[in-house]
Amino acid sequence: MSNAIESSNSNRNWPETYRQGAEQAKDTRIRDFYNAGCPDATTPVRDVPLVALDFETTGLDVNKHSIVSIGLVPFTLGGIQLGEAWHQIVRPQLPLEQDTVTIHGITHSEIEHAPDLAEVLDTLFQHLKGRIPVVHYRNIERPFLNMALQWRLKEQLLFPVIDTMAIEAYLHPKRNPGRWQQLMGKKPISIRLPDSRIRYGLPHYAGHNALIDAIATAELFQAQVLHHFGPDTPIGDLWV
Amino acid sequence: MQAELLDIRNHIAQYPPFNDMPEELLERVVSGIEVVYYRAGTQILELGQTNHWLHYIRSGAVEIFRRSGELYNRVGEGEIFGQFGLMMNKKVRFPAKAIEDCLIYKIPDTTFQHLWETDENFADFVEIEDRSRLRSAVSRREKSNELMTAKVTRLISREPVSAPTTVRLQEAARIMTDNGVSALLLMDESGERPKLQGIITDRDLRTRAVTHALASETPISDIMSEGLITISARSFIFEAMLTMLHNNVHHLPVMEGDEVRGVIALSDIVKYESQSSLYLVSNIYHQNDVKGLKKISREVRDSFVRMVNEDANSHMIGSAMAGIGRSFSQRLLELGEEKLGPPPVPYCFMALGSMARDEQLVVTDQDNAMILDDSFIPEEHDDYFLALAKFVSDGLAECGYTYCTGDIMATNPKWRQPLRVWKDYFTDWIDNPKAEALLNSNIFFDLDGIYGETDFAEQLKTLIVEKAGGSQRFLTFLARNALNRTPPLGFFRTFVLEEDGKHQKTFNLKRRGTAPLSDLIRVHALASGSRSQNSFERLKDVANTKLLMDDDAGNLRDALEFISIVRIRHQALAIEEGREPDNNVRPEDLSPFERSHLKDAFQVVSNAQKFLRFRYNAGATRNV
Repeated sequence: MSNAIESSNSNRNWPETYRQGAEQAKDTRIRDFYNAGCPDATTPVRDVPLVALDFETTGLDVNKHSIVSIGLVPFTLGGIQLGEAWHQIVRPQLPLEQDTVTIHGITHSEIEHAPDLAEVLDTLFQHLKGRIPVVHYRNIERPFLNMALQWRLKEQLLFPVIDTMAIEAYLHPKRNPGRWQQLMGKKPISIRLPDSRIRYGLPHYAGHNALIDAIATAELFQAQVLHHFGPDTPIGDLWV
Repeated sequence: MQAELLDIRNHIAQYPPFNDMPEELLERVVSGIEVVYYRAGTQILELGQTNHWLHYIRSGAVEIFRRSGELYNRVGEGEIFGQFGLMMNKKVRFPAKAIEDCLIYKIPDTTFQHLWETDENFADFVEIEDRSRLRSAVSRREKSNELMTAKVTRLISREPVSAPTTVRLQEAARIMTDNGVSALLLMDESGERPKLQGIITDRDLRTRAVTHALASETPISDIMSEGLITISARSFIFEAMLTMLHNNVHHLPVMEGDEVRGVIALSDIVKYESQSSLYLVSNIYHQNDVKGLKKISREVRDSFVRMVNEDANSHMIGSAMAGIGRSFSQRLLELGEEKLGPPPVPYCFMALGSMARDEQLVVTDQDNAMILDDSFIPEEHDDYFLALAKFVSDGLAECGYTYCTGDIMATNPKWRQPLRVWKDYFTDWIDNPKAEALLNSNIFFDLDGIYGETDFAEQLKTLIVEKAGGSQRFLTFLARNALNRTPPLGFFRTFVLEEDGKHQKTFNLKRRGTAPLSDLIRVHALASGSRSQNSFERLKDVANTKLLMDDDAGNLRDALEFISIVRIRHQALAIEEGREPDNNVRPEDLSPFERSHLKDAFQVVSNAQKFLRFRYNAGATRNV
């Protein structure tokens, strides 16, 4: 497998990391999460319970910005269970910037009445445990969740993720045509979520919220596996 | 149901049997859904396999087969399958296979059973569908019905990408590449709300910016297209197709009031319906010589037959064929200019007759003319325009548009004249009408500028509208001409009985049906000051003026549609059987349904002619 879907995390012994994590965890929820275990890297992706995860944040910098909303939906290659989907607005630590409000369509009043992330951690961990998270662009969900847990529980959470954007980057290593080619109508290949979906004939979603984006990511991953990898691909080839 | 799932709920709520469903049931449906992606070619349901899901197609297309393996139905976005087994023993009765990449919403059997028991509409739908679909073989109509019943908004796949009209060329090109779009909307932001002002496309960038080596700092407003053709968000896809065909544009902003909802491109429609005539049109513009054009002109007839088989109406077919004809002419003009160099003075290439009316079929000759700028000096410039006219006319003939026997072509010096001469022609025809002269110039009253300074053609239309309505003498002559050809009323089972008692084996559907109709509609249209060229649109304009009773306009429309479609089917059948299509029909070739309706339609034509004679005092000069 090429480097694009590989990181220092890819070859980590995740089942072992989870066992050690369970021993060292102080918070019961984190311990439960680790105790639910992690499939071995050789497990075919068709047998792995997954959860598509999307955060909306006040910005991209994990040191300055916070989570505003969480959307997630459990799934496998065989189906995305909309009935189990979960969406939660949480109150960010830092004031909401004007422009993010318009992007996310979340109002100030919704934020003011929203709980702190700490109050919804039970539910969040219920949904995450026993499943491998699937995200589009790995530098948001994992770092932001870790930062939030560091703050509130003084603990960190280690887990592998599958990054559908990294998969697209791997599939399209030469994405940018030269300047002249661009002017002659050749377009760069975008690996953003909506553009990637178009390549698989997936529909356009008008609404934007963390849950719809999580569902969109889950659909994209199903399509990627069926088009390029196959359901028997070991999960260890895909996680990062 | 989570409020954030509204997108999914709204999609389902568009389609029967979910469209009238109470909210709580709809939410129950959404909450039970499992979403699954299938690649094209995947067997989704196998015969005899246990199935506990109703399948709803969110995107893609699926083929349903009979037990025998014979194709039974083809279903697409918003349609369901897998219900038959759920109503019986949970065994798949009709195997299903994805023919495109599909996103399927699977609705569990428990929900299906609940809907079946509690929702009358739903039960009717799944049960009746079962019966009616069993009767129908694979319906070739499904696809074109979709073109006719699906709204353009379904083709919008992203938010519109726009920039202020103040940006520079380079910035505009960058925004387009960054967003991966082939067209950029340009907004006038000087007012309170941004207003759509223009558009720039890939093609514009190449033809206007690159070939003229414009500086990257050129203001985009210098090269953008203004006076945009747009389409309402409420329009159907086929209307978008006709609009593109008619105006030769490849991008249409979709408007909701003043706001742009999105942009649809020709390629979106082609993708949606890859066999549409638009596909042929886009291909025409990719040909670089007459040889290439000639080669693809063979597909025109296939495209025609396909539309007929897909149950398109005569307006759609006539517009599509005229659009194809216009595209051939336009491409030939582009190629001609490439070969001969840019024109010495501005000119407008004009289509006349059926092409101008958007009522073209497959058996058609070319009728065209050129309006030259008033600065035209024959000794200096006419060599060029003659050469161009000849290039286009010969090219059209190569592509199956035979030379006009009446020599109404731009190659004829009489029909290659400056605007002021054309104005004199029309003034003379209207002010000093002579029966014979008018008979020949009838065709010029159906005109459409299709290339170059189309404004010249608009000026002529304005002149006609201003003069014709007030000239009773002109209308009388025109009406008299419109009475020359009468419908075959004495029309029996297997022969036509003419008024003089002679039997005839065949009758000509154009000469005795559609032509007299479009002639008499033209008279009413000119009398009521309509600028439209298409007979259906002219009838609409006429109906608004109360010149005809509402019923009469409606009857004329129905008669025209019916006679046209019989004529169209007659030609399509000939093509399919490998014969040369014509307009001559033998009564015994018509179905009893067609015969009885044709009789009614001819009666309508005959009554309308009587009214015309009376209304314009056009005493009878009858010869059949």
